[in-house]
Amino acid sequence: MSRLNSNLLSILKKYSILFILIGLVLVISVLSGGVFLRITNLLNVLRQISVIGIISLGVTMVIITAGIDLSSGAIVAIVSVVVATLLQSPTAADRLFKGGQPWPVLPVLLIGLAIGAFGGFLNGGLIAKFKIPPFVATLGMMTFARGWAFIYSEGRPRGSLIPQFEVIGQGNFLSIPNPAWILILCVIITHIILKHTLWGRYTYALGSNMQAAIVSGINTNRYIVLVYTYAGFLSAVASIVLTARIGSGQPGLGMSYELDAIAASVIGGTSLSGGIGSAGGALIGALIIGVMKNGLDILNVSADFQQVMRAIIIVVAVIIDVRKNIKKS
Amino acid sequence: MSQYVLEMIGIHKHFPGVHALKGVDLRVKPATVHGIMGENGAGKSTLMKVAIGLYKADAGTIRFKGEEVSFNTIHEALERGISMIHQELSPLPYMTVAQNIFLGREILNRWGLIDHKAIDREAAKILEELKINIPPTRIMGELSVAQMQLVEIAEAVSRNAELVIMDEPTSALTEKEVEHLFEIIRNLKARGVAVVYISHKMDEIFKITDEVSVYRDGELIDCRKTSELNRETLIKMMVGRSIDQFFQKSNAHIGEPVLEVEGLSRRGIFRDISFTLRRGEILGFAGLVGAGRTEVMETLFGIYPKEKGTIRIKGKEVDIRSPYDAIRNGMAFLTEDRKRSGLYLNLSVRDNIAIASLKEHLKGFLINHARIRSICEQAVATLSIKTPNLDQQVMFLSGGNQQKVLVSRWLATSPDILILDEPTRGIDVGAKAEIYKLMSTLAQEGKAIILVSSEMPEILAMSDRIVVMHEGEKIGELTREEATPEKVLHMATGEPLETFQVAH
Repeated sequence: MSRLNSNLLSILKKYSILFILIGLVLVISVLSGGVFLRITNLLNVLRQISVIGIISLGVTMVIITAGIDLSSGAIVAIVSVVVATLLQSPTAADRLFKGGQPWPVLPVLLIGLAIGAFGGFLNGGLIAKFKIPPFVATLGMMTFARGWAFIYSEGRPRGSLIPQFEVIGQGNFLSIPNPAWILILCVIITHIILKHTLWGRYTYALGSNMQAAIVSGINTNRYIVLVYTYAGFLSAVASIVLTARIGSGQPGLGMSYELDAIAASVIGGTSLSGGIGSAGGALIGALIIGVMKNGLDILNVSADFQQVMRAIIIVVAVIIDVRKNIKKS
Repeated sequence: MSQYVLEMIGIHKHFPGVHALKGVDLRVKPATVHGIMGENGAGKSTLMKVAIGLYKADAGTIRFKGEEVSFNTIHEALERGISMIHQELSPLPYMTVAQNIFLGREILNRWGLIDHKAIDREAAKILEELKINIPPTRIMGELSVAQMQLVEIAEAVSRNAELVIMDEPTSALTEKEVEHLFEIIRNLKARGVAVVYISHKMDEIFKITDEVSVYRDGELIDCRKTSELNRETLIKMMVGRSIDQFFQKSNAHIGEPVLEVEGLSRRGIFRDISFTLRRGEILGFAGLVGAGRTEVMETLFGIYPKEKGTIRIKGKEVDIRSPYDAIRNGMAFLTEDRKRSGLYLNLSVRDNIAIASLKEHLKGFLINHARIRSICEQAVATLSIKTPNLDQQVMFLSGGNQQKVLVSRWLATSPDILILDEPTRGIDVGAKAEIYKLMSTLAQEGKAIILVSSEMPEILAMSDRIVVMHEGEKIGELTREEATPEKVLHMATGEPLETFQVAH
């Protein structure tokens, strides 16, 4: 009997986050009188969470290495202004490069992704090679990238983007918003990396015990650089989605997104002490934040009060995480 | 007033999936040293944690000095007079000895500020009473593990503890330090303090304890006067069967040299180490703590760069710059400190076993999970690792089983050369015997094994040859036939073998 109970308990514990999400959905559905469950609203939630969701996947991998990434939001900004500037239609009033034609979309996307990945690569290099604490290295990158976003855009938003680009953020495929598809794709890819490649397994190992990972023959520096590069890359993906959705590149974009992404990751069960976390968890974490925001919007709760609610959820999630770890040791 | 200082009766404790304590008793008389023995997983540590309030018992009674108690925190236990010296010490390294002793109970002057002079004075008094020769103003981080332990004992005394629990206090101590510790323990006893002494080491149990309680599988087997016991009965009580052949060393065919090391040096750590290791051979490395044996192995394995010297594997010179290179060249290294450089505590048994051999099992970019699973299942079966399943986090396993997990990790890389650094430290008798048997079998299969050990009986019984080191230098080599404990000790203090023959 006690064995059955303890098994049940461990299942509940393992999927506790999922149950919380389901509970949240039920409560909000009832309180909103069903408005929340309308298809258009649900698709809206997906669109809303896609950006934070994509970023939180990379952040989750970083946190699994027992690191942190504060530069995601700033990378969103720099990628956003570069991509938008190169894709402005010739008639745009705020064009930075007068007289020229917009670039073709694909090379611009590659440039944007490369900038994000390079930012992450610099983070990883500073952390792995120069042993700078992740908090400091990525804090530096945060200010650095944000600064460049303002320099490059001369501090002004860049609007009137060509429609072939905007469709990435505004279009649908099989009546599901494109950003949601991109999020799902990123979740699947990240899941495969984490569970099915050397890179992923080594990421867990070095986050769980760096010294042991070195003795196990893992080139820890290489994989740390790879993880941060991937996180930068995903920030760029998120930036492209966001820029296309709002139809303009802004140097102030993505402010404090890194914190939302960390929150999603932690709510999704990623342990800040390293070695524990998953792509699915990050997705659920982002969903919890998104569902709550959407629900509170429907219920006309003020944005200020929403912030307070979110803070409570984050703290509760961390308490659950810490308590889990105490029981284990 | 009861005749016992601590009485624990019918203690039950459940963890998810485990019934760790099944109605266990412990009765400790005042001013005695009470030994606690049992294999890992027998419930010793759990019982102690219940005693000091770290865990709450599911059922049972605890009486301290005849009065029923139920501590909710370690702090409450401390207040009442129970102190525990932990396996892993946790002092504040940047504070002084005196500050550590009075941590949380600082003496204040009349302004309500900390009176450092008074703290130093009181600490000095306690240290002197216990004949512990450490200045109270020393910085904690500069002390050796042994000295830190003594400081913790001083702290317990300063709290007027009437019961001090010591969990494997000697696992990191040299023989001389152990002697000193025993002196302090006798000192405590003379002051009327009862000591609960948990250890795997028989010699120590016979030397220091008055009574012994033996536990197995969460049950008390017996509590006896130490004077009524001998080694055999004690082992029998612990494992429930007698071990006729504790050290199982069967003859292996010793073949050609596999590893040849010449003039290996690392500045300031060790100098000019040369030796040869052959197929099927077990080469022991003896020496005192700090002799540089572990450092030699870490350098061989590429964890630290060598300064000078050549390494040949199967006759071919190799350049090992990282553990990756070492593993590729057929080496495996079971490190001395399981928790620090071995285990991934919050990862599964499967991850822990597979990590070093993952890249052998890829399908394209993807890991072949089915194959990993079968390798792990096989490892769990061959080494009889006790775990409910492969997904269990390795932190829930007992020390012996954790060690077997690490051994499996290295065997999965199919190495030719196995470096085992203190492979039986902190594991129980049963698991020890299994490790010895495994070493023997591996040697017979043609593996070459380096055994670094500080346990004399182990190194004498298992090695074909013994290299003795002292302060970073190789003093000499002994064959299995010529090695005696006296000779090894003699050389371990830095004297060459020749002077031994002259002196005796």
